[in-house]
Amino acid sequence: MATPFYVAPEQMMKDRADYARKGIARGRALIAVEYADGVVFVSENPSRSLHKTSEIYDRIAFAAVGRYNEFESLRVAGIRLADVKGYQYAREDVTAKPLANAYSQALGAIFMGDSKPYEVELLIAQVNGADTATELYHILYDGSIVDEHQFVAIGGDTEPLTAALEERWRPDLELADAVAVAKHSLEAVGGSPLSAGAIEVSGLDSGRARRRFFRLRDEALRTVLEAD
Amino acid sequence: MSEIERWWDVMPAPFESQPSSFIAMLNRAAPQSIAGTIGGGTLPASLKDQLVDGTTVLAVVAKGGVVVAGDRRATAGHLISRGDMRKVFPADDWSAVAISGAAGPAMELAKIFATELEHYEKVEGEPLSLEGKSNKLASMVRAHFPLALQGLVVVPLFAGVERATGAAQIFEYDPVGGRYVATDQAAAGSGSLAARSTLKRLADGDAPISTAVSTALEALIVAAEEDAATGGPDMIRRIYPIVAVIDDDGYRELDASEVATNVEDVIDRRRR
Repeated sequence: MATPFYVAPEQMMKDRADYARKGIARGRALIAVEYADGVVFVSENPSRSLHKTSEIYDRIAFAAVGRYNEFESLRVAGIRLADVKGYQYAREDVTAKPLANAYSQALGAIFMGDSKPYEVELLIAQVNGADTATELYHILYDGSIVDEHQFVAIGGDTEPLTAALEERWRPDLELADAVAVAKHSLEAVGGSPLSAGAIEVSGLDSGRARRRFFRLRDEALRTVLEAD
Repeated sequence: MSEIERWWDVMPAPFESQPSSFIAMLNRAAPQSIAGTIGGGTLPASLKDQLVDGTTVLAVVAKGGVVVAGDRRATAGHLISRGDMRKVFPADDWSAVAISGAAGPAMELAKIFATELEHYEKVEGEPLSLEGKSNKLASMVRAHFPLALQGLVVVPLFAGVERATGAAQIFEYDPVGGRYVATDQAAAGSGSLAARSTLKRLADGDAPISTAVSTALEALIVAAEEDAATGGPDMIRRIYPIVAVIDDDGYRELDASEVATNVEDVIDRRRR
């Protein structure tokens, strides 16, 4: 009878983390930038229908990088949790923190228990109104959760992107300037200019009524890019 | 316990049935939170007298849009239980649902229907077609049938604009979930017979929205004259019918002062 291999827990965790990190680094990066009215997500994404960002609830948005099938089911699960809560209690009771915790729990359990970890990184954002800070939670493949401020880059090339963003970001940016900051950072690190058809831009605007999520497409996106 | 107990209960499975439906998901993940539809015999008369009933709602097609309106009265047995009830609700940005019948279950129907439409739109990234929305509502009325047998009848009215074509449509329902496409006007509830006679006379699908608003208000005023359970405009407390307009710009409600002006015009026309 074959004896099962002994793998030290440290080694197993390291292998899994390396596997997940490699998978995520292969994909394209996504940037979230806080601006005067909320938060905007900018990513390189040539697809017009397979999005990396989504509305979750009135004030909450989702952004992800990595394996599409994995973050897509996490996205749908998030919408389900939020809608059940809003239906059973009230719309204002649906907040980002419990949702970020649920994602953290789920990814943590999958990282330890499943045959392979999810190769995804998530951002959960919430806007609260003009004078209250935006909440931005960054959830990693192993379930660890980081509270981010001002801007954050997830996916591949995060170090040079963070440096590029640090150089360009200022508080209280207008939407068009915030998009430009993110786009220029992506271009600086990627080394080639990005057209309106090659990037996905969406975000949360606290000035909107009820559903704050917006997605800039076609004409609206070109207008914002040209304002730069 | 109506909470979702484990996060994996909400993780979508490959090829699960109705992956974009809120109601189907709630049935799977937290079945206790949906009101039971198993009938428990007929309602005792003492309880029946305490049930709140919503009365007259109607819809009129106009050029480039549709107007949905409802009176504000709710009755319980022979008593007037509310004078300020809301019977017209936004279903999403491009459609409205108006309710008549047992008020509790009817308002619940409007709420879960709106949640269903928003949930679908967020999961799929695209809203349902107007016809798709109307069919979904029909299946929800059908699912309510066991409660209708007990006397808790709910009859909604659904109207909206199809975004792709800009065409406005009204859908009528019966208590067993039958769905009917109305031509250019429809009414539901106890005052609907009287309201219909006015709507039939005045409704004109090519008239501007403002004309449809005044037609809707006149029909409600006539219904209030003929039907004890329908409330007319309350000039003393300034409680006016709720009037919603859905056109190219989506759903909006006229504010009370705008409705008041229209009501006064209608009353002036009828004064002798």
